[in-house]
Amino acid sequence: MIFNLSKNFNFHQYYKKLNLLSLIFIILSVFILSYNGLNLGVDFKGGTLIEIRTEDTNVNISKIRRSFLNMDLGDVTVKNFGNKNDYLIKIEMMNSDNEEFVSLIHDKLSLDLDSEVNFRRVEKVGPKVSAELLNDGLLAITLALAAMLFYIWIRFEWQFSLAAIAAIIHDVIITMGVFSFFSYEINLSIVAALLTIVGYSMNDTVVIFDRIRENLKKYSKIPISEISNNSTNQTLSRTLITSTTTLLALISIYLFGGAILKGFSFAMILGVIVGTYSSIFVATPILNYTKVNSNTIVKEEI
Amino acid sequence: MLYFSKLKLVTLYSIIVIFCLFTLLNFINNDNNFLLSKKVNLGLDLQGGSYLLLEVDSSPVIKEKIQNKLLLLRKILKENKIKYKKLKINKNYINFIIQEKDIDNFSSSFNKKDYAFNPFYTQYNSNEMEYSIDGNLVKINYTKFGLIEIKKTTLEQSLEIVRRRIDETGTKEPTIVRRGNDRILIELPGLNDPNRIKKLLGKTANLTFRLVSNNEDSFGAEMLSYENDTGTLSVNKRVILRGDSLDNATPSFDNQNNSAIVNFSLDRIGAKKFAKATTENIGRRLAIVLDNKIISAPVIRDAILGGSGQISGNFTFQSATDLALLLRSGALPAPLTIIEERTVGPDLGEDSIKAGSLSLLIGFLLVIIYMIFKYRVLGLIANIALITNLMILIGILTILEATLTLPGIAGIILTVGMAVDANVLIFERIKEEMKTEKTNIHAFDMGYKKAQSAVLDANITTLISSLILFFLGSGPVKGFAVTLGIGIITTLFTVYFLARHLSSFYVMKNKERIIII
Repeated sequence: MIFNLSKNFNFHQYYKKLNLLSLIFIILSVFILSYNGLNLGVDFKGGTLIEIRTEDTNVNISKIRRSFLNMDLGDVTVKNFGNKNDYLIKIEMMNSDNEEFVSLIHDKLSLDLDSEVNFRRVEKVGPKVSAELLNDGLLAITLALAAMLFYIWIRFEWQFSLAAIAAIIHDVIITMGVFSFFSYEINLSIVAALLTIVGYSMNDTVVIFDRIRENLKKYSKIPISEISNNSTNQTLSRTLITSTTTLLALISIYLFGGAILKGFSFAMILGVIVGTYSSIFVATPILNYTKVNSNTIVKEEI
Repeated sequence: MLYFSKLKLVTLYSIIVIFCLFTLLNFINNDNNFLLSKKVNLGLDLQGGSYLLLEVDSSPVIKEKIQNKLLLLRKILKENKIKYKKLKINKNYINFIIQEKDIDNFSSSFNKKDYAFNPFYTQYNSNEMEYSIDGNLVKINYTKFGLIEIKKTTLEQSLEIVRRRIDETGTKEPTIVRRGNDRILIELPGLNDPNRIKKLLGKTANLTFRLVSNNEDSFGAEMLSYENDTGTLSVNKRVILRGDSLDNATPSFDNQNNSAIVNFSLDRIGAKKFAKATTENIGRRLAIVLDNKIISAPVIRDAILGGSGQISGNFTFQSATDLALLLRSGALPAPLTIIEERTVGPDLGEDSIKAGSLSLLIGFLLVIIYMIFKYRVLGLIANIALITNLMILIGILTILEATLTLPGIAGIILTVGMAVDANVLIFERIKEEMKTEKTNIHAFDMGYKKAQSAVLDANITTLISSLILFFLGSGPVKGFAVTLGIGIITTLFTVYFLARHLSSFYVMKNKERIIII
């Protein structure tokens, strides 16, 4: 069987090295984020997004770019999207006064390309709405973190809460760092993905914590480092199997779900991998560092 | 944990059957019955259509209202013998100077309930207007609640007009609802090109009939430009007739000039006013002004007594139709701005459905195969639970008539991936217990018991994030939260009732044999 690894894997010996590695990744991510920033999509920055399909399959992308350059619309990005003759166009300028803005572009583009252009999707977001969406997104992520913190604190102890939140923040920062590094676009569905990652990473961590708590109650004499190592081993196959099934589903979305879901599923795949790693190598060692012992748990139970 | 009473089992299986039947409703057509016509709605991103978010700018309404207050205020001050100076409107408030001895008098008369000037809202426990005095200078402005009330009425009126305009265009099944204090959300399924609707909503459609100025009028005139930018004309500020006097308006074709026109008829009072004005001003030009642009300014040749007339301009039949529509549905109280617009063409929607279903199918198959590979018979049980889970999930979405979006489909696929987690947790625990427990039954029992807290914790955390997404997310993302959230509940149900019953059945039948997991 694939995951019936030796059940006595010594995670302990890797904590120091991997924690250092995590730290380096986080610092790198923060550095990239502050240097590169995030490639905010129309949802959060405002502007116009147009997905087009050209009838003529031999249209050159530079021809489309030139056509937009002549229209003098400010910053316009054109990129291939899915099929060979599908393109995604992002116009940063908001021309909200003119209701015919989009149809003017359509006519001009069809003329320049000498081919019928099908506007498959148009999204126009005003500056007020995009600012609100950005605020709502940040609020949602903050609230989710706070809610998780609170839930773990209620169900476990503050050490567990701290460890779990550290792991989640680790996941979110690294995921965003990767998005910043590749300049992948952040839109509404990426925020949804980030929130799901928060939930998933938590889910993974909680299962290990649950076992640690159970073992702490059972074996009050054994030190936490050993207990956490055993608990991680005991739950390891579950952790890996669940990550596998989730990844199978996500890879299916990534490969067959169409261009619109690509960013979302990529973020999720990344998040599931980082989240699984962090529950074992970030959250659990923090319990060791904060010197959790059976008294921490039992106190509360009386 | 492995024992089920008969009653429980009957309830359990009937619930499953009922929800599965609801799932099937999506595949049959029965629109007559209230219960049987339920279906999962497809979101705009899947069936194609337009989503528009409009903002109502109520500041002109506030300005106009405060202008109307001025007259009432003068009357009140006169009635109470209060002398005032420099009465004028500044932005959103009224300013004037009174003598010190009149201050008390003013204060007591200001809040009298019988004056129409300052109505009292019992629901807010507040007046519409408030005042402040700085030395001799009085400032009167709307209270917070006065403003809320104005915004509310403006929004409600706008909503009504927007609804009428869209209904008139014959768009199928539009959704038009208010959002917050000053926004209107419109969903137009199946609409590929929202241009016409956007144009119709972009006009306030304030129609006025006014005489073209001949420099002798005392009312003052203003320069207005023609709608097609062919020049300007000086037009009287005094309005003879407004659009709200119109009874009906229809597009028509004038065979003499070979051009499109709009026929209109006036209500009784409007007809009288129009008759009087046209009788008195034969030979002068009458400007027909829409939203401060002149449509046309024909010469009045005869008195128009019948209460009907026609508007000509440089119309195409389409623009005449649209003008008639605007006039019929009435003027908006305030201008609307489109602050968000999302349109998906029907072919992209179709592609998304195809891609979504394909990835669902493949993801589902991969998970099912993996589970059988890992757990054999128990894997099969988990798979039965998973399929039932999906059926119940779609059944619930059908009963709620929820809207399925592309991210919603992603939520279902993710549910598939994560739903088996509960079973994995339990099976792994059983595996451990089998090492220490003597009998299979005991091991299964303990496995279910001990895994429970982890299963609950794991699912509640995901539920928390889906709840937050549901309340803060917008549009398609909300659809993701809905399917993910309901998916968690159906997962717990199928794992703890269906899969548990099936596995207890299996382990009871094979008490002695070694069960491989």
